[in-house]
Amino acid sequence: MLSKGLKRKREEEEEKEPLAVDAWWLDPGHASVAQAPPAVASSSLFDLSVLKLHHSLQQSEPNLRHLVLVVNTLRRIQASMAPAAALPPVPSPPAAPSVADNLLASSDAALSASMASLLEDLSHIEGLSQAPQPLADEGPPGRSIGGAAPSLGALDLLGPATGCLLDDGLEGLFEDIDTSMYDNELWAPASEGLKPGPEDGPGKEEAPELDEAELDYLMDVLVGTQALERPPGPGR
Amino acid sequence: MRALTATPSCLAVPLPADIISTVEFNHTGELLATGDKGGRVVIFQREPESKNAPHSQGEYDVYSTFQSHEPEFDYLKSLEIEEKINKIKWLPQQNAAHSLLSTNDKTIKLWKITERDKRPEGYNLKDEEGKLKDLSTVTSLQVPVLKPMDLMVEVSPRRIFANGHTYHINSISVNSDCETYMSADDLRINLWHLAITDRSFNIVDIKPANMEDLTEVITASEFHPHHCNLFVYSSSKGSLRLCDMRAAALCDKHSKLFEEPEDPSNRSFFSEIISSVSDVKFSHSGRYMLTRDYLTVKVWDLNMEARPIETYQVHDYLRSKLCSLYENDCIFDKFECAWNGSDSVIMTGAYNNFFRMFDRNTKRDVTLEASRESSKPRAVLKPRRVCVGGKRRRDDISVDSLDFTKKILHTAWHPAENIIAIAATNNLYIFQDKVNSDMH
Repeated sequence: MLSKGLKRKREEEEEKEPLAVDAWWLDPGHASVAQAPPAVASSSLFDLSVLKLHHSLQQSEPNLRHLVLVVNTLRRIQASMAPAAALPPVPSPPAAPSVADNLLASSDAALSASMASLLEDLSHIEGLSQAPQPLADEGPPGRSIGGAAPSLGALDLLGPATGCLLDDGLEGLFEDIDTSMYDNELWAPASEGLKPGPEDGPGKEEAPELDEAELDYLMDVLVGTQALERPPGPGR
Repeated sequence: MRALTATPSCLAVPLPADIISTVEFNHTGELLATGDKGGRVVIFQREPESKNAPHSQGEYDVYSTFQSHEPEFDYLKSLEIEEKINKIKWLPQQNAAHSLLSTNDKTIKLWKITERDKRPEGYNLKDEEGKLKDLSTVTSLQVPVLKPMDLMVEVSPRRIFANGHTYHINSISVNSDCETYMSADDLRINLWHLAITDRSFNIVDIKPANMEDLTEVITASEFHPHHCNLFVYSSSKGSLRLCDMRAAALCDKHSKLFEEPEDPSNRSFFSEIISSVSDVKFSHSGRYMLTRDYLTVKVWDLNMEARPIETYQVHDYLRSKLCSLYENDCIFDKFECAWNGSDSVIMTGAYNNFFRMFDRNTKRDVTLEASRESSKPRAVLKPRRVCVGGKRRRDDISVDSLDFTKKILHTAWHPAENIIAIAATNNLYIFQDKVNSDMH
């Protein structure tokens, strides 16, 4: 009996904590709840930051300082949220990532990709661009999972803002895409029916030739006629 | 802390619609320049003190107004370039004319300000309106004489320093050599010669090879007041880098790095944002630096890199509100800071049209308000107080009723006297110390 009571109490506290944080930031008039911030950020703070990032990226000429600070803050929030899932404290667990980790990782890749694309484009316009860098997955391999969808989203964002990218034609458009996105789970044989072409599995370094089926699929996604399907994660 | 009085010119408003974006005294304090969001520069001049009219003890009146920058359109990038004046810096006066540099996001301009108070009269070949005379009417020669006329202030653009910056210019600083100046944007700092507009030297470049690695930007920079080879720049991560131009052509490697380790007890998701330095100013002595981040002002000794020697809380009651301030973007506001002439008092702005002063010697501080209601001419400014719960005095303002749209971002202190200029949105306030106008 006693242990049951204790257990319930702890669960209640855990439930209360995120609410308190939400209430705290929603009501500016609310007196300070605690000096120390919650160890785990609420998802609303995460959403707010993502919103800010997208808003910043959508400006024709983003305020670089604002952008960099929001991205860094977002990374901090993410870093605190990801380990909250019941994972061992190992930096990169590519073996069995949880669903939450997938989503977070994809968002992180989205951020990196979005920001990278835009900043890369700024550099391209400036005329100092090097050979187009692939949207590299800088983090552990697990983080590149789901990178495809956000990368395309990033390209979408870039479309209206700068004519340069599209002026290069389809070839130039695809030049910037990191070919490793064809190697990840989204396109892997495991996810039904999505695998478009002759990939050699993850880790293949050189860029595979795009065949027409892949091109068609990509164009459909870009145009928006085909909804992007998220692979079912192992945890679900 | 001495009381300050408001002078009649404290209610001088250049144009109601435009938000003041920068304020700067010249090196003698005789002139005060303001720049606004509409690209306009207004220069005020201090009237000489007159024994006949003891009330008008050195007030500031409008001296000249001119359009410095116009909105531009960058056709390549399909972007509009704002005409807002980000910074004005005066050049040291070398002859009868005054010169200043003004900059928007992309282009710096050198303006020359001259006075004309005489004009020649009595030309032989032209009449008063400038038309050629009928030569048959000219019977004798005369020497044209200079006759006094109403003072005319003429402003002309002498140099335009364009195409030096890809990113937005946040600072300019004139070197003590009076020949060069630097301009800084988010990622690069350029060194210009005042007489050469078609090229500049890049002296700092923090742009990463892969933009995906970008995590830090330059937020402010300034030349040392005495050593023409030294300059400092601040970053969005709260660090200061002192660079020596003698060491290398590209000063990416700093000579000194000033950074305070993060306080673990105050750590939050917003730690980096609030540590971002919004302004850095060398002391007049050249021995210290003053920095402003979101919640504090800090004094650094150039000889000590590990931490500031003094930290002053500007509005610590906001520490528990950071989330809301993040949501409404106020946390990104860039406040400036200023030294007084003797480097003994520092000043910075805050919200609700409040500004704060800290006396470094007595360790006392005061909060004052720049508003029409509290600044009747000749009135003594009353110290304000923000209460955070607990005991509340009669005139206290509670944290929750602070107006975050009324922010004092730009302030300036006369180089020698206790006269301060405060920009509150689109109003300029000039306060001066009536009791004792000498530095203490």
